Amino acid sequence: MSTRARNDLGPADDLGPANDLGHEKDLGLQRMTAWRSVAVVSLAGILVLLALPYVLSSYYLGLVIEMMILALFAMSLDLLIGYAGMASLGHAAYFGIAAYATGLTALRLGWDAWLAMPAALLAAALTATLFGLLALRTRGSYFLMITLALSQVAWGIAFGWRTLTGGDDGLPDVPRPHLGLPWSLADSTPFYYFVFVLVALGTLVLVRIVASPFGYALRGIRESETRMLALGYNVWRYKLVAFVLAATIAGLAGCLYAYYNRFVSPDYLHVTRSAEVLLMVILGGAGTMIGPAVGAALIVLLQNIVSTYTERWLIVLGVVYVLVALFAPSGLVGFVRDLRARNLRARKKARP
Amino acid sequence: MTFWVVQTLNGISFGMLLFLLSAGLSLIYGLMKILNLTHGSFYLLGGYIGLVVVHATGSFVLAVIAGGVAIAVLGVVMERFFLRRFHLQELPQALLTFGFLFIFSDLATVIWGSNPQTMPKPAMFSTSIQIGGLYYPSYRLFIIAFGLVIAALLWWLQDGTRVGAMVRASVDDEEVARGLGINVSLLFTMVFALGAFLAALGGVMGGPIVGVYPGADFEVLLLGFAVVIVGGLGSLKGALIGGLLVGLLDNFGKVFFPELALFTIFAPMALILAVRPAGLFGRE
Repeated sequence: MSTRARNDLGPADDLGPANDLGHEKDLGLQRMTAWRSVAVVSLAGILVLLALPYVLSSYYLGLVIEMMILALFAMSLDLLIGYAGMASLGHAAYFGIAAYATGLTALRLGWDAWLAMPAALLAAALTATLFGLLALRTRGSYFLMITLALSQVAWGIAFGWRTLTGGDDGLPDVPRPHLGLPWSLADSTPFYYFVFVLVALGTLVLVRIVASPFGYALRGIRESETRMLALGYNVWRYKLVAFVLAATIAGLAGCLYAYYNRFVSPDYLHVTRSAEVLLMVILGGAGTMIGPAVGAALIVLLQNIVSTYTERWLIVLGVVYVLVALFAPSGLVGFVRDLRARNLRARKKARP
Repeated sequence: MTFWVVQTLNGISFGMLLFLLSAGLSLIYGLMKILNLTHGSFYLLGGYIGLVVVHATGSFVLAVIAGGVAIAVLGVVMERFFLRRFHLQELPQALLTFGFLFIFSDLATVIWGSNPQTMPKPAMFSTSIQIGGLYYPSYRLFIIAFGLVIAALLWWLQDGTRVGAMVRASVDDEEVARGLGINVSLLFTMVFALGAFLAALGGVMGGPIVGVYPGADFEVLLLGFAVVIVGGLGSLKGALIGGLLVGLLDNFGKVFFPELALFTIFAPMALILAVRPAGLFGRE
């Protein structure tokens, strides 16, 4: 095939604003201030998040919990899309399978989170290994189709196997974890901190992966598989590991979501959810960790606002997809970066 | 014996509907590398428009034509004003076609409600006919014949006409085709419209046997994917063989393992994928 579809949204990870400045001194300085501002912003963000339970009502606290969980979900997909260049359209499968594993082990076996959460992550990882072995035989559009189709099989099982999963009634009354803590996680503030800690852990793992040699190898694979092959990398193995890791983190998000809603339904792994998380990643900006998190927060917020006015959320969501594709294909992060680059250029022109 | 004949014919007639759907999916991908996630919506909207026309005029033929033409126009609009801007960019294409899938899906529910509807069979094919010792609904036989005619027409269009030659040239090397003075841009729009038209035909024709209902858009999209994964994207032959295979698997799966119907399609699909990642007739 002479022309190959290229993923134009990929290379956005160099957050350094100094891309088009030639002077090395400027570059070093810029990078240092960039690092410092990243550190300051994330510290401020963490402090704000920690203080929220004292400020917000339990309704809005719930909204923030949902944002954090879906942000983790979106970041896990970004490991595939933004870093490894693998656009999966079935990421909700792992989110949903872990949620079902959490719900089923809690309801049928009475497992507390100590056991249920590792089991759920394992379920997501094993499914991803199986699906990955199939899907990774392909790339490009076939990969999109295969991941979507496999996730719909998972949905079909959740929907059809009524005796196990309750079909479209789902699994109601999933209990919150006990963990032997002095606070009841049924209350919103302790549960908020529980989610905060686990989402922070998940984020930390993702950030470490992305910054590791493994993460750089993934970027290399995104840019050119053949070159990485020539350099002696086992590309296939790297992709499979990335696929399973992303699914495991998505599983953690699914697990938390099951605890948060105390309910699991086939909607958790429907293609609509896979598409939604894809939108979060692209709206925020693929190839950065902060972008998809912001994208997730915005979509949750939008859904909340829209749902007070109309039941036609799907139409609104559809319009957002079209608008993002047309006007912000490199996401908000890309938008901000363009703005800063333009500013820098203007400033450079101002002082010759 | 009767059971096997009847179920096989059922599978083949459903397979022909899947062929109509997947031929467009495959042609569109083959020429412009667009994975059209809105394709299932073309099928469903075609079905609904067909229903409206049948109820208004009573004519099945008019319903087929109206459904097909209306959706072809919709396809032209989507291709010209939206997809065109993202030539060879997978992710924006996925976002756009997902967006339209959601918009059309919800709009259809707003306009036509959430209850399944059945289209009346055309009067000419409302009865069963006798073959050997068994009775079989003539409408399903008509679908099989219709599918074969469309397949033959598409083949002729692809291999026997000047337009087909231009399409094949553009598939092989778009830039050279442009250089030779072929209006590739116009071809894109025409093929996209043809694909949408075929999907809508499937929707209207399928109305009397599988019904028109919310969620059918997602369902047939998935089946269409299975067809092109099995048959190979971009191949007409693949769409026909794949369509028949998936139609039969789907039908027998539903008869024998109703709870695990999707498995009977996707297990063989996985097997084929393991042996031939580009499908039976796809090009690597």
